[in-house]
Amino acid sequence: MKTSGGTIVPLILRRMRPPLLVLISAYAIAVAGLTLMPGQDGDGAPWRMDFFHAFYVITYTAPTIGFGEIPYEFTGAQRLWVTFSIYLTVLAWLYAVGTIISLIQDPAFRGAMQRARLRRAVRLMSEPFYIVCGYGDTGSLLVRSLTERRRRVVVVDHAQAAIEALELRDLGVYVPGFQLDAEVPDNLAVAGLQHRWCAGIVAVTDSDHANLKVALTSKLQNRSMTVVARALTAEGAANMASFGTDKVINAYDGFAERLRLAILSPDMHRIQDWLTGIPATKLPERPLPPSGRWIICGFGRLGRAVYRELKRLGMEVVIVDRDPAGNACPPDTVAGKGTEAATLRASGIASADALLAATSDDADNLSIVMTARTLNPDIYIAARENDLTSKPLLQAAGVDLPVEPSYILASRTLSVLNAPLLDDFLDQAHGQDRAWQATLAEDIQGVAAGIIPETWTLRVSQARAPAVLDALERGVEVPLSAITHHPRDRTQSLDCLALMLVREGEFTLLPGQETRLASGDRILFCGTDQALGLMTVPLRHVNNLRYMISGESVPDGLLWRLLVARRTGPRHAR
Amino acid sequence: MNLEKVVFGFFILLALTLNFGFFLGEFDNPDHHNVYELFAAIVVSLIATVLKFGERTQIGAVLLAASLVADLQLIAAALVWGMAVYVADVGLTPAVMASIVSLSGGALLANLVSATLLVIETSSLQR
Repeated sequence: MKTSGGTIVPLILRRMRPPLLVLISAYAIAVAGLTLMPGQDGDGAPWRMDFFHAFYVITYTAPTIGFGEIPYEFTGAQRLWVTFSIYLTVLAWLYAVGTIISLIQDPAFRGAMQRARLRRAVRLMSEPFYIVCGYGDTGSLLVRSLTERRRRVVVVDHAQAAIEALELRDLGVYVPGFQLDAEVPDNLAVAGLQHRWCAGIVAVTDSDHANLKVALTSKLQNRSMTVVARALTAEGAANMASFGTDKVINAYDGFAERLRLAILSPDMHRIQDWLTGIPATKLPERPLPPSGRWIICGFGRLGRAVYRELKRLGMEVVIVDRDPAGNACPPDTVAGKGTEAATLRASGIASADALLAATSDDADNLSIVMTARTLNPDIYIAARENDLTSKPLLQAAGVDLPVEPSYILASRTLSVLNAPLLDDFLDQAHGQDRAWQATLAEDIQGVAAGIIPETWTLRVSQARAPAVLDALERGVEVPLSAITHHPRDRTQSLDCLALMLVREGEFTLLPGQETRLASGDRILFCGTDQALGLMTVPLRHVNNLRYMISGESVPDGLLWRLLVARRTGPRHAR
Repeated sequence: MNLEKVVFGFFILLALTLNFGFFLGEFDNPDHHNVYELFAAIVVSLIATVLKFGERTQIGAVLLAASLVADLQLIAAALVWGMAVYVADVGLTPAVMASIVSLSGGALLANLVSATLLVIETSSLQR
């Protein structure tokens, strides 16, 4: 990687070469000429100015300061030469200053300056950061959620408008935004792909090809980091998964699977919805999609994915599409847009249980929703939201389940980045019975207090939990309850829930409060932001941990420790 | 033939020859060292420095460094001259002249390095 000095300084020097040469020459001519002009000293004797005085006179004459004629009054010849010198040197200065100003205003120069600044910002990062490629709806949602949790982010997008939008956002922490093409491997290196603190890269551009290249480059150049990529098509998804992309996310398939889950096991769907949502947003409590007769308007990527999943559940599905032959629709498809009452009636809206407006035009979707509501007021309606700006309109139209691709993508990505164990947990939870899932849903709801909870993974290690390791080394047993209670009052429990404990590859779901911690354990929690902060106290502070385990508050410090040891015996001495 | 290369080589060699011309002569004799020659050496050396600006090659960087050394030495020599004659009022004594000439001798060495590097670069390009 080239350093900033390697590109900017030569650029300035190269551009400044002609004006500097002109300046040096002008000064040389003026100074040398002045020493050659015949002059007189104070007594009228012939005198030639020396270099010392000539340089002095020209130095104050050139920038038009003018201290007068020294050391003796000038003769006519000297005055003639100084007149000439003034024009020569002033023009040379104007040229030099003009060049500097035009250089500063030059777009290429400003671009180089900005790139150098961004590179420096990335180079100086000293905490884990993520690279987000593509700053569209999904990208901006992701960046906002990450920065809200004080994570550092670097954005790469080829569109100038996107980077300008990023610069105008007030995100709380500085987010360097590179206007670069993410498909070029070198550009990713500039954004910090090989940086030692680069924790992960997220490819959420609008092009499958670009996402694929980003994922490939990242896996080849930095094997240890998490790579999350968005796939628009099934082929793209398979391709990306084939070389070890950590998580491939397809918004429409994701939605269709969720829909199936919501119909099959509502509690599990709620658990998944809450744990993978964007933290600090409202906990969604939506009416559950019914099983029965579905109408899907628009047989595109979303329509197809939902159709496949609903058919797997054995439901009756009617497709309404503009071009049944061209879009390879199933045989009994109703031709039409779905925005007119006639088409919807033909698809049997009166007896249908649910409708999905899945066209790629938000105005059409809105019209379908309104028409359907008039024809069948009780019908369950899901609608695709192509643009974040249509959200309030769809909400006002009474959509039961909005399909928000950017939200789905962002929340899935966040759950991968924040809590790597979450996917394992959800897999395990799927296998449990309904009663277990219902209880868990209740528990999460109790902890969350109406907003989406944070999920995080705790590792019992020297870096994350030094106090716990210290206690374990001394043979003190540390129960889970020691870290799930308030550090000031151990009778009060924190708003958090231990979802899963991983020890040597073994998963323990919902570990009990009496579970003994061991070095190397990984525990998945969900809970409030506040609980996440308070939990670090007993993890880091030996005294607090001792209080949490035994309920005793022991004075600390070398002197106190000695005194207490003398008074109570060697129990507390280390 | 590239005019830019001609100008470049011309100034580097001229800086060397002027420097050498000033250096030549009895070490501490002011009559053997002309002030105009020192002035010309400084100006040409400065021009040679500016011409080397913006080179990205390794040899370009060393050329620039050598040139900066020569500038520094020559300007120091001129300063000693000015200080001795107009500020301290000791005049051009043999001791003052000796230090001026020895400073310009240092610059001569730097200029020699420049010229050698130029020759090396040119010959390696030809093959």
